[in-house]
Amino acid sequence: MAKIKYIEHNGKEHIVEVQNGLTVMEGAVQNDIPGIDADCGGSMSCATCHVYVKEDWYNKLPNKEMGEDDMLDQAYEPNSSSRLSCQIMVSDDLDGLSVYMPEKQV
Amino acid sequence: MIKTDVVIIGAGPTGLFCAHQLGIIGLKCEIVDNLNKIGGQCIELYPDKPIYDIPAVPECTGEELTNNLIKQIKPFNFNFHLNDRVQELSKENESWIVKTTNGKEFNAPNVVIAGGVGSFEPRKFPTKSAEKFDGKTVLYSIKDKSIFKDKSVAIFGGGDSALDWAIELSSTSKVSLIHRRDEFRGAPVSVQKIKELSKKNKINLFTKYSIKDVKGNGSLEEVEIKSEDGKSKTLKADYVLGFFGLIMQLGPITEWGLNLNKKTIPVNTENFETNKKGIFAIGDICSYPGKLKLILSGFHEGALAARGCFKYARPNEKYRFEFTTASNTIKDRLGVK
Repeated sequence: MAKIKYIEHNGKEHIVEVQNGLTVMEGAVQNDIPGIDADCGGSMSCATCHVYVKEDWYNKLPNKEMGEDDMLDQAYEPNSSSRLSCQIMVSDDLDGLSVYMPEKQV
Repeated sequence: MIKTDVVIIGAGPTGLFCAHQLGIIGLKCEIVDNLNKIGGQCIELYPDKPIYDIPAVPECTGEELTNNLIKQIKPFNFNFHLNDRVQELSKENESWIVKTTNGKEFNAPNVVIAGGVGSFEPRKFPTKSAEKFDGKTVLYSIKDKSIFKDKSVAIFGGGDSALDWAIELSSTSKVSLIHRRDEFRGAPVSVQKIKELSKKNKINLFTKYSIKDVKGNGSLEEVEIKSEDGKSKTLKADYVLGFFGLIMQLGPITEWGLNLNKKTIPVNTENFETNKKGIFAIGDICSYPGKLKLILSGFHEGALAARGCFKYARPNEKYRFEFTTASNTIKDRLGVK
């Protein structure tokens, strides 16, 4: 279980507890948190669960798998702190993680 | 005006199998899809990726699945209207009048929405200033490459479309290629070619840059690009091209008076009809308790929606359930003995 803070582009914060084994994307969708669309449902085929992770946490996350950066090329305003939230698996180690939503996903 | 029994919106696996079921029970349909090819997400997002959960097919790719579905509905000779999008739905007596972006009109008692997560559209530049040049000098696809001859063209993106066009146009135009990181997802041979052309100064390559602004009085003159550490550069540009892949948007579907739940359409699970009589929704776009976004669920939903359509298409006939193994009528429809 990890407490994760989802921060909308307008600054609105949502803190929820997400079960281990779910993804950060699923944590948002299951709690009706706006700002993460996840159109493809987590198959890394779209780029609508894009989030920014600040450096302190970015480096603690498991590395990107092949293909994630390719999908991020197709996201809205990606940068070097971008991740696809469907590719971040929640574990106890992620307790306290903050993710920032882009202005929009599509 | 094309008169038919059912208009299917979406030529993905769900729409295709629904067409099959309509053919089996003796109804006609017309299939409209915004993409220029049949197959929906299967063909656009994962043509080469293996799928493992199609019943009785241990493994197949998105492309193979699509080709098999096309083969399966071939006996019915249904028409496809590709590269076109349904724009308007209106009721006229007992029929729906369906109008497309290309000006086609259908008259049918039933519409089946098998639209997935929406229609595929190019992802556009995030910069507001690009909007006023959209479709003229800021482009997301190329119809006539001759317009770029002897012009300055700034191409954004790191996939095959961006690389292929950069290579192609570099012989006749002054090409800049801009990509947000220094790795490309395009084919290795194209990446190699880009690097060679860059060395020979045939292409201006800017990696770790993205678009900041487009400028011009009346016509486009310059594009400003920025790096993450705050550097910016201004490039002369007559045309700016963006190749960031496709996004899916519900588009006009939201304007037809259908109940919506986030990006999905609630249906009843008896025949997958929506809140509007004669409009059905199947596949990823529909929602109901227990909905699974699987292709196999879409097949089931399409089979039931097809029976739902029968009632409005043949109001004076009684639908009779038949097996394909035993029914001579069905065998006739399939053209088998």
